[in-house]
Amino acid sequence: MTAPTLVDFDDVVDRYDPTLGLEVHVELSTNTKMFCGCPTTFGAEPNTQVCPTCLGLPGSLPVVNRAAVEAAIRIGLALNCSIAPWGRFARKNYFYPDMPKNFQTSQYDEPIAVDGHLDVTLEDGTSVRVEIERAHMEEDTGKSLHVGGATGRIHGAEYSLLDYNRAGVPLIEIVTKMIPGTGARAPEVARAYVTALRDLIRSLGVSDVRMDQGSMRCDVNLSLSPKGSGILGTRSETKNVNSLRSVERAVRYEMSRHAGVLDAGEKVVQETRHFQEDTATTRSGRIKETSEDYRYFPEPDLVPIAPSAEWVEELRGTLPELPWERRARIQQEWQLSDAELRDLVNADALDLVAATVDAGAPSGDARSWWVSYLSQQANTRGVALDALPITPAQLARVIELVTTGELNNKLARQVVDGVLEGEGEPDEVVASRGLAVVSDDGALIAAVDEALAAQPDVAEKIRGGKVAAAGAIVGAVMKATKGQADAKRVRELIIERCGA
Amino acid sequence: MSPESPSSGGAITRDEVAHLARLARLAVTDDELGVFAGQLDVILGAVARVGEVAAEDIPPTSHSVPLENVFRPDELRPSLTQEQALSGAPAAEDGRFRVPQILGEEQ
Amino acid sequence: MSDDLTRLSAAELAEKIHVREVSAVEAAQAHLDRIAAVDGDVHAFLHVGAEAALASATLVDESLAAGTAPASALAGVPLALKDVLTTTDMPTTVGSKILEGWRPPYDATVTSKLRAAGITILGKTNMDEFAMGSSTEYSAYGPTRNPWDLDRIPGGSGGGSAAALAAFEAPLAIGTDTGGSIRQPAAMTGTVGVKPTYGGVSRYGLVACASSLDQAGPCARTVLDAALLHEIIGGHDPMDSTSIDAPVPAVVEAARLGAKGDLSGVRVGVVRELTGEGYQAGVQENFDAALRELEKLGAEVVEVSAPHFQYGLAAYYLILPSEVSSNLARFDAMRYGLRVDKGASAEEVMAATREAGFGPEVKRRIILGTYALSSGYYDAYYGQAQKVRTLIGRDFAAAFAQADVLVSPTAPTTAFPIGDKVDDPLAMYLNDLATIPTNLAGTAAMSVPSGVAAEDGLPTGLQIMAPALGEAVMYRVGAAYEAARDAADGSPFASRTPEVKP
Ligand SMILES: [Mg+2]
Ligand SMILES: [Zn+2]
Repeated sequence: MTAPTLVDFDDVVDRYDPTLGLEVHVELSTNTKMFCGCPTTFGAEPNTQVCPTCLGLPGSLPVVNRAAVEAAIRIGLALNCSIAPWGRFARKNYFYPDMPKNFQTSQYDEPIAVDGHLDVTLEDGTSVRVEIERAHMEEDTGKSLHVGGATGRIHGAEYSLLDYNRAGVPLIEIVTKMIPGTGARAPEVARAYVTALRDLIRSLGVSDVRMDQGSMRCDVNLSLSPKGSGILGTRSETKNVNSLRSVERAVRYEMSRHAGVLDAGEKVVQETRHFQEDTATTRSGRIKETSEDYRYFPEPDLVPIAPSAEWVEELRGTLPELPWERRARIQQEWQLSDAELRDLVNADALDLVAATVDAGAPSGDARSWWVSYLSQQANTRGVALDALPITPAQLARVIELVTTGELNNKLARQVVDGVLEGEGEPDEVVASRGLAVVSDDGALIAAVDEALAAQPDVAEKIRGGKVAAAGAIVGAVMKATKGQADAKRVRELIIERCGA
Repeated sequence: MSPESPSSGGAITRDEVAHLARLARLAVTDDELGVFAGQLDVILGAVARVGEVAAEDIPPTSHSVPLENVFRPDELRPSLTQEQALSGAPAAEDGRFRVPQILGEEQ
Repeated sequence: MSDDLTRLSAAELAEKIHVREVSAVEAAQAHLDRIAAVDGDVHAFLHVGAEAALASATLVDESLAAGTAPASALAGVPLALKDVLTTTDMPTTVGSKILEGWRPPYDATVTSKLRAAGITILGKTNMDEFAMGSSTEYSAYGPTRNPWDLDRIPGGSGGGSAAALAAFEAPLAIGTDTGGSIRQPAAMTGTVGVKPTYGGVSRYGLVACASSLDQAGPCARTVLDAALLHEIIGGHDPMDSTSIDAPVPAVVEAARLGAKGDLSGVRVGVVRELTGEGYQAGVQENFDAALRELEKLGAEVVEVSAPHFQYGLAAYYLILPSEVSSNLARFDAMRYGLRVDKGASAEEVMAATREAGFGPEVKRRIILGTYALSSGYYDAYYGQAQKVRTLIGRDFAAAFAQADVLVSPTAPTTAFPIGDKVDDPLAMYLNDLATIPTNLAGTAAMSVPSGVAAEDGLPTGLQIMAPALGEAVMYRVGAAYEAARDAADGSPFASRTPEVKP
């Protein structure tokens, strides 16, 4: 297979309009599976969380997990969807070894939630409304391990080993309507949408939404149309996009690839592609010899779901403060400008700052620590901000020590460094590194006198009323005390000693 | 056979049977193709009678007993042991079902 | 002695066991001996679990000896279980090579209920593969023969269960009825078979043929025995979403009431569309005689019309294959059952296994169902069939507004010779003409012997249909008719069954 011709991204957006579509599968963190009482916990011994139903044994039958339906309705409500008053599950028929019944029980034309939207904010503050087509319930498949061949991938494997622990885990599939008009920002919009959706679902407490563990998975649909033509191009569906960064990169890559195909006067093939994490490219799936025909029909083993208006309203009442509501509240409470709030969100620091405030710190201090010093530390270490080994409570304590004057800012940074190095709680670091501010006036007066004596000309200026010259003496005292003096007090003492 | 007029009774061809058998994962023999094509044609001719009923405004029945909202509490039930799960497996290895190489893609 | 025990009704045998005149082990052994003697000719059983049966009977005897009340009205009575219900101590093959030797790791709910009731499960009975057929000739393990004439079919798909009763190999059996598979074999073998209301008996552990139509039910030689068994296997099961959460209709009480012989106040509707043309002369004669008998019992006989029943067969042979094509997809050689290691890939092995493991009728229906569900054909076939189903349900509702029960002959003919229709699917399907509407509507129906046809001396059946959960009146009518017929004959119908002669 020859490598595709890729068109430079700027060139693509000069000449083409992209249309996005995103399908996100979220694994629910219910106690039990969608249709049986087996546990859903990740990482158990293979085939120990299976029963006749999720193994598809002859004679077994499904029964719907109420908690999964409630989670689906709550997700639907949070996405501003209407909840269908009546709907049935359907069978999606196709053969695949990781699917025990060789059909997936899913909602087909009667999804539980339809016609919603999610407003997402881009880095520069632009808000984009993403329309939601539907959210529906279905079940996950088992997992295969491919043995033999060089790569452990499906191709070239000699045989496969199947574990059905994941089979039947409840999934909610959330499908956007087509998202037109994003232009050069298509990759950013895609990423922002998935991020916003992740935060939303996390706030509902219905899933861990861990892309790295597969509890949130994204498929990216993309097509290009010649700029201004309004003619929708053929789309590709890229699967296996398993991180936020990959979402952005998959869109970017597909835009360049589609443009290459179209520029060559060829047609984009409607196909499933797989994102390659290592190269940030997509690879074509096998072209199917027969066209897909899933032969959907209503699942006769399950009865219709008809959520009453009362039930839906009851569930609406259980919705927590949603991320955008929270942001609005925080902005008001902390008196933030739009830009300040955006910086906080962009730095992924909102939750951390809020937790630090909850632990007793003033919001301004908490914000500046997380957005500047700690963000730099995270950057240097190449980890996410929330992966830094310091807790909001520990930071709040450091801030408290500064407020009470036991630490100054410079010392506080050293304490934080100590915590990040694993030296213990802030107070332990203060003690072990000997970082407390020298607040004993006797010791400071001695240091001030020494510094004045060492720089008699400066001392003279101060005595003459040039108070601004005190800075040099403050510096000398701070140096002499290895930064452990309270600079403000030092200044006061200098002026006092000089009788100015 | 057009979907609008199934009773027109057009022949179901060997090719169609072969396509359906492929969809259904049946490695039918050449002989069977012919036999099935003939028999399915007769059967389809008979069942196409459903098309004679005027039923535009009639809702379909997928479930004869009108139950709704049958749910299970989100409570654990005992699973099978790994040994029980694998007891009927044609082949197993390392606690997993062993199957021949998979050629198709995941859906 | 042994022989006598096999001739008793389940109710009679249960009484003897419970007063400890006969032990459950003796009862089990008598039937195991009978199986050993005749099943080589009849071939009702695919598996006989003698050891487990005797062990189960021993427990019943021990419990009774300890003074404990019997676990149920039928504790200690032997039963033949259709091989479509899962059992942990016996294979479950569904009459198919694809599940040859499969030992399920779980019991069906019906199986569990039988065990809890202290019923002795003798073994698993033969059936058309995956319950698709009307003659038991489509079993992968060879046909079952009709005890009335070993050259003839016993009906199907539950021919094994019905033949076991008629051959006195068991006084009770479990069947499943998707389009008539309990009632038509009952008619063919001169036994009683009941298809309960859909959702009345749990389907958990019933290997699916067509999920929206399948229903397990009791088979016996008398109406009362069927009622006793019905109350044991019926009732709500949280493992089956389509199970009705309501008490089991009081069918035993109804059967006892009916046996007193008074049907005054009961309106019996004769379904115009299920008589006349297409029905064998002797079948029609016996049906007409049964109507006169019902009138004599005080019932008011009225004629009702169900205009859409004529489309039932067509709708059924679209809905059933469609569901079958999906239900049987799981038999793919990956997790259980047969694996034919032909080809290098999973896909090839699946196709080779399914080709080798399924018989022609199963393949035919899978292909038909795959076709009916295909995009482009769905609306015209499956969708339209589901609408016809609605109309048939409405026909029933209108008819039940005029009558408490509906009646018809159970099957259009008596048992036909083995091999007669095996290569003519359409002719085979016509057997279920009268039984199918009930499955499509999810209502209840039973077949009670209505004598033997004058022309061939073979049994015929009277079908009695009732609304959903209306089993009580159906049992009442069935028991009343049975009592009157036996009184007229001077003996129970079962006693007219000829001795099995190879
Ligand atoms: Mg899906
Ligand atoms: Zn399970």
